[in-house]
Amino acid sequence: MDGFSATAPVPATLGTLSPGAGGTVTAFESSDVKTSEDMIDRLREMGFAEGLSVEVLHHSPFGRDPIVVRTGGMTIALRRREANLVRVLLA
Amino acid sequence: MTSRSLVAVVGNPNCGKSALFNALTGLRQKVANYPGATVERRSGALLGDDTVELIDLPGSYSLTPRSPDEAVTHDVLLGTYATERKPKAIVCVIDATNLSQQLRFAIELRALDLPMVIALNMVDLAERERISIDTARLSELLGVPVIETVAVRKRGLNELKEKVTSAIDGAVQPSKDYGSTIKDRQRAARKIAADVTLSEGIGHQTTRTLDKLLLHPVLGVIILATVLFTMFQAVFAWAEAPMDMIDGGIGSLQGFFANNLGDGLFRSLLNDGLLAGVGAVVVFLPQILMLFLFILILESTGYMARAAFLMDRLMASAGLNGRAFIPLLSSFACAVPGIMAARSISNHKDRLTTILIAPLMTCSARLPVYTVIISAFIPNISVAGGVGLQGLVLFGLYLMGIASALVVAAVLKRTVAKGPSDTFMLELPKYQAPNLRFVAIGLYERARIFLKRAGTIILASTIVLWMFGIWPGPPDGATEPPVVYSLIGIIGGWLEVIFAPIGFNWEISAALVPGMAAREVAIAALGTVYSLQGSEEMIEAGLVATLNGLWSLPTALSFLMWFVFAPQCLSTIAVTKRETGGWRWPMFMIAYLFGLAYIASFITFQTAKFLLG
Repeated sequence: MDGFSATAPVPATLGTLSPGAGGTVTAFESSDVKTSEDMIDRLREMGFAEGLSVEVLHHSPFGRDPIVVRTGGMTIALRRREANLVRVLLA
Repeated sequence: MTSRSLVAVVGNPNCGKSALFNALTGLRQKVANYPGATVERRSGALLGDDTVELIDLPGSYSLTPRSPDEAVTHDVLLGTYATERKPKAIVCVIDATNLSQQLRFAIELRALDLPMVIALNMVDLAERERISIDTARLSELLGVPVIETVAVRKRGLNELKEKVTSAIDGAVQPSKDYGSTIKDRQRAARKIAADVTLSEGIGHQTTRTLDKLLLHPVLGVIILATVLFTMFQAVFAWAEAPMDMIDGGIGSLQGFFANNLGDGLFRSLLNDGLLAGVGAVVVFLPQILMLFLFILILESTGYMARAAFLMDRLMASAGLNGRAFIPLLSSFACAVPGIMAARSISNHKDRLTTILIAPLMTCSARLPVYTVIISAFIPNISVAGGVGLQGLVLFGLYLMGIASALVVAAVLKRTVAKGPSDTFMLELPKYQAPNLRFVAIGLYERARIFLKRAGTIILASTIVLWMFGIWPGPPDGATEPPVVYSLIGIIGGWLEVIFAPIGFNWEISAALVPGMAAREVAIAALGTVYSLQGSEEMIEAGLVATLNGLWSLPTALSFLMWFVFAPQCLSTIAVTKRETGGWRWPMFMIAYLFGLAYIASFITFQTAKFLLG
């Protein structure tokens, strides 16, 4: 159990989180490089950045998608698919 | 006037840019709180100084255009926009409560090496949120003047004007190299923001609390439905008293002319042409203002973006996204601004689909049509829970428009507008109390446009219609009213052949022709046609009572259904041509909407006739 005591950081993608959950943005990544480059730029334009804290505030009443996220001074509504490009170190 | 220096006002969506622009120019411009509110070119003199022309550019998060309206911002700033000269200077508006995010765009603009002045806007809100910013240090780091402003209180405007005027002719201090990628600019912006921010602030607590309620999975949906339902009930119930007053006024004028003018052409022109025609439309001013009041408040409080979030899933089922909800809701007021607001949709196919279904949203010009028919044929009784049956039928007609729009969108996205749809990503702005001054100005503009239309297009078509309604005169020994033998009667008779299967008589058929100009003209035309053939008592009883006596219920229902679909509005067709760049899509729109109108009216009329015997 000693080997596991240094709590390994829990990596998660923003789109999988429930309202109330949050953490710090560590990176932007996805498996589909071609289409996501532009989308990552869009996420940055909306205010997502490495080192900033994010928190999921709400999800849609219908199918729990899209979600509402707060980061920095911005409150942003987006779909889970795009939110999943944001890697979060859970708080 | 090329000697005037062009100065562009630029900034993120929701930074208070339009409000600042209004305060600086005194121009009456709509201030809305959702991204994409600024869709037209707006310009004006800087605080009355005619040597400086300010233009308001669409809000943008970066110089990489994501939608047609953001492309305007990009092209104008780089001097590549065809019909616009390159700006001599930039006023970059930054929301003081969101400094580090909005500085990134300022840094990108700085690299254009145009003279620039930063307006640090909404500093009063920042103070309330206990945010404290060292403005002098910010100015020093960026190498441009920074002025604290509060647009709605006109704070800092003279100082801003002074700096802009001297910046136009002054030398530009070259921008520091902040790097070329968005990541570089983010890092630089955060470093500067951290440097000049003396106190971080506590955030906008009201917005967080309100969102817990308004975006609640159950309550949020109930509230949205209640807001929309209240809007439609209010249009019917609250506008009743002022409408009765206008109606009474028109009636007594007609009575006055009838008693004091000799029987002749002039009296007929006044009573049958002007008062019966134009009056039938002007009476709806209170309803139209009520509708715009709701839409302006929803926009200026920041609720519209929340509604878009709540509606995203539903819009996705039709192949669109929540962002399309904003132009579509505006289309309830009028499809023309709605179609223009579709410019904020980045995906071409999504935008086209939104434009094509916008006319299915029940616009305010349909209200005169719906109200007259509903008042004449639907009993004014209360059903369960004190809800009026008339309001309920009106709500049903709105729902019919929405439902068919979603079906049509789904079909279009699978056929003519096939392609991957865009995702949904939208900033939810802070809630604000509606700015009463701007709501009042918005309503005033609407009233002016409506009355101007009544005084021009509707007036002109009413007079032409009246002339064709009395000419040629009846033959000797005519048994029918003279209008039957007139040109209107003749044309109506031809068209009646086409429209008989959907229950339209020759009067309706004739009214649809001038009704192509705008929907409410059809009501004006009916007013004139019936007034010309009617007795004095009928005129005094008004159009509602006249129709009630002359139309069958199936005809009335068929007529309502026709107006759910029929594209009887030249302005909508013209703006569709402009926005889609050709005749192809407006022709498509006309064809599919008339097709649907005819089919829906046919089914309604035949079914109602069968059921009612």
